[in-house]
Amino acid sequence: MSALLEVRDLQVRFRSMGPLRARLQGVHDPFIDAVCGVSFDIREGETLGLVGESGSGKSTVARAIDGLIPVHAGSVRFEGHELTGLGRGHFAPFRRDISLMFQDPAGSLSPRMTVRSLVTEPFRIHGYRDRNLKAEASRLLELVGLGDEFAGRFPHQLSGGQARRVGLARALALDPKLILADEPTAGLDVSVQGEALNLLARVQDQLGVAILIITHNLNVVRHITDRMAIMYLGRFVEQGGTDDIFKHPHHPYTEALLSASPEPDPETARERIELKGEIPSLMNRPTGCEFHTRCPYATDRCRTEAPAFTQASEGHSYTCHFPLNLASAAKTAGSRG
Amino acid sequence: MSANDGNVLEVRDLSLDFGSPRGRVHALRNINLDVPPGRIVGLVGESGSGKSTLAVATIGLLAGNAEVVGGEILFEGQDILKMDERELRKIRGRRASMIFQDPMTALNPVRSIGTQMIDIQYRDEISTTEKRKRAAEMLGRVGIPDPESRLAAFPHQFSGGMRQRICIAMALLAEPALLLADEPTTALDATLEVQIIGLLRKLQQEIGCSILFVSHHLGTVAELCDDVVVMYAGEVVERGSIAEVFRNPSHPYTHALLECDPGRIKKKTRHLPTIPGEVPDTLHIPAGCVFRDRCPRAFDRCARENPPEYEVGDNRGHLARCHLLDTESEVTS
Repeated sequence: MSALLEVRDLQVRFRSMGPLRARLQGVHDPFIDAVCGVSFDIREGETLGLVGESGSGKSTVARAIDGLIPVHAGSVRFEGHELTGLGRGHFAPFRRDISLMFQDPAGSLSPRMTVRSLVTEPFRIHGYRDRNLKAEASRLLELVGLGDEFAGRFPHQLSGGQARRVGLARALALDPKLILADEPTAGLDVSVQGEALNLLARVQDQLGVAILIITHNLNVVRHITDRMAIMYLGRFVEQGGTDDIFKHPHHPYTEALLSASPEPDPETARERIELKGEIPSLMNRPTGCEFHTRCPYATDRCRTEAPAFTQASEGHSYTCHFPLNLASAAKTAGSRG
Repeated sequence: MSANDGNVLEVRDLSLDFGSPRGRVHALRNINLDVPPGRIVGLVGESGSGKSTLAVATIGLLAGNAEVVGGEILFEGQDILKMDERELRKIRGRRASMIFQDPMTALNPVRSIGTQMIDIQYRDEISTTEKRKRAAEMLGRVGIPDPESRLAAFPHQFSGGMRQRICIAMALLAEPALLLADEPTTALDATLEVQIIGLLRKLQQEIGCSILFVSHHLGTVAELCDDVVVMYAGEVVERGSIAEVFRNPSHPYTHALLECDPGRIKKKTRHLPTIPGEVPDTLHIPAGCVFRDRCPRAFDRCARENPPEYEVGDNRGHLARCHLLDTESEVTS
């Protein structure tokens, strides 16, 4: 089965200083690479989780797919159509199929528009003049579990969870095939977080949309995604099936991230792996394996030689010279087969 | 300090209102809380439950429209609420200090770290050189490499995690009896959170202070704290030692909150548990139990009476406000 979205070797770079200043200071390459060489597929109806700490480039990936940020190199293909290099007018039809849910739900809603005009705005933008907007608004609000009484409200009259529902209703308006959800649960309390995720899962079951979820919360990823990818400094360090990665993380960064999400159970005082230092600056990338400055297992080889992507098993790959848990992964795979 | 069992902080029946154009917001109601010496007490609750208000009230930093309706806040045996501004300033930053959620805005952006750390020692009658030395030593203790030269740096030259370390260094400089930490790790990434939690624990043991740790994250609280206080809609619904409350959550809200945490759900599920309904409006607090509308086990008594704090089993110190724990009545079935 061919993939709905194919991303190959995607690179996004931002200018770090003006051309004049770069020339005066003798900088040959005044750019920072926010995303360097990311490849993945999303199949129809599938959920992919993109995990990483702030500054790892996960939101940039989503924005580059949706054409909000120019792509430097690589290809993004949606249903076989190349999206990179498309002009504004040519991109517009694809935006009906790829919709974006923003991180700050209240901030992404215009404060002067009612909920009804907000959820029907996509129809107006894309020129569906023949639709009955009032009926569409009720349909969409019902889909995300909001009553008709919300249609006349303004964003400031909504709670955080309700604002997120309106954001989802907007994203669903044009029956997209892919939703890019940027931190759909950030800033929500645990009791409401479950509600937001259940809603996404329900909508996916009903409409069969594919979802790319960007989050730093691994607990969210575990329950809702089929596959996941872990980003560090603009690269994937590990990619594979969610269950597989949770059981057998191969990359030390994945292992540390998994151990960093604390469980609300004082008795399972787990060994938490404390990483040294902080994420290095993108302006000053480490040599060799870019994780070696923080890796508890780093050796001389890691400092000089960058590891290549290695396939551990079907659909599970990593970049590390000294992968963890390979033996245990092989054992379960063997007993399965 | 005879009447207070030596607790660093004791809050007794505290009720607090905020004046607002729509009426009085009953932000805190009948709060009871103890912070024993050398313990880390976690204050958990969802947004709007009043946990930050309570933390801020304990060092008298309330907004102008706040009004204490009743109760007392005893800090080392003295009532904070009866003190004037001069007396409060003797306590703040010296006996009790605070670190805030956002390390980006807690520091003055136009003054160097060294200047700020020397400034806050204005009460100590020692030379500036001595103060500088103390500041550098404290920065070293919180894990800032090369502290002597970093004193000349400005806040924007540090990353978020480093800034939070600096805030912790400043708060602990005077070796206070109580550190109030208002969501100190919420703005940080997971791997940095691990570092800050480890640092707080280490420094707490070295200095021997108590910490009131405000958080909405149950996992962090379970890991760091000795005791926990659970708040809901302006009331303390359950409190006790970490092991007791997490093993045997006795208020339906605590129970539901633990159920909701996806970290606790071992089996992969597409349908996560939630708490149906919404938090009551603190403008109009309904009679009876505040959690009644969302409680799966509510019965007629919950609508009539606001439950007092009941002891859970024989465990001294594990208390919950729920009628189901009333052993003297026969309604529990």
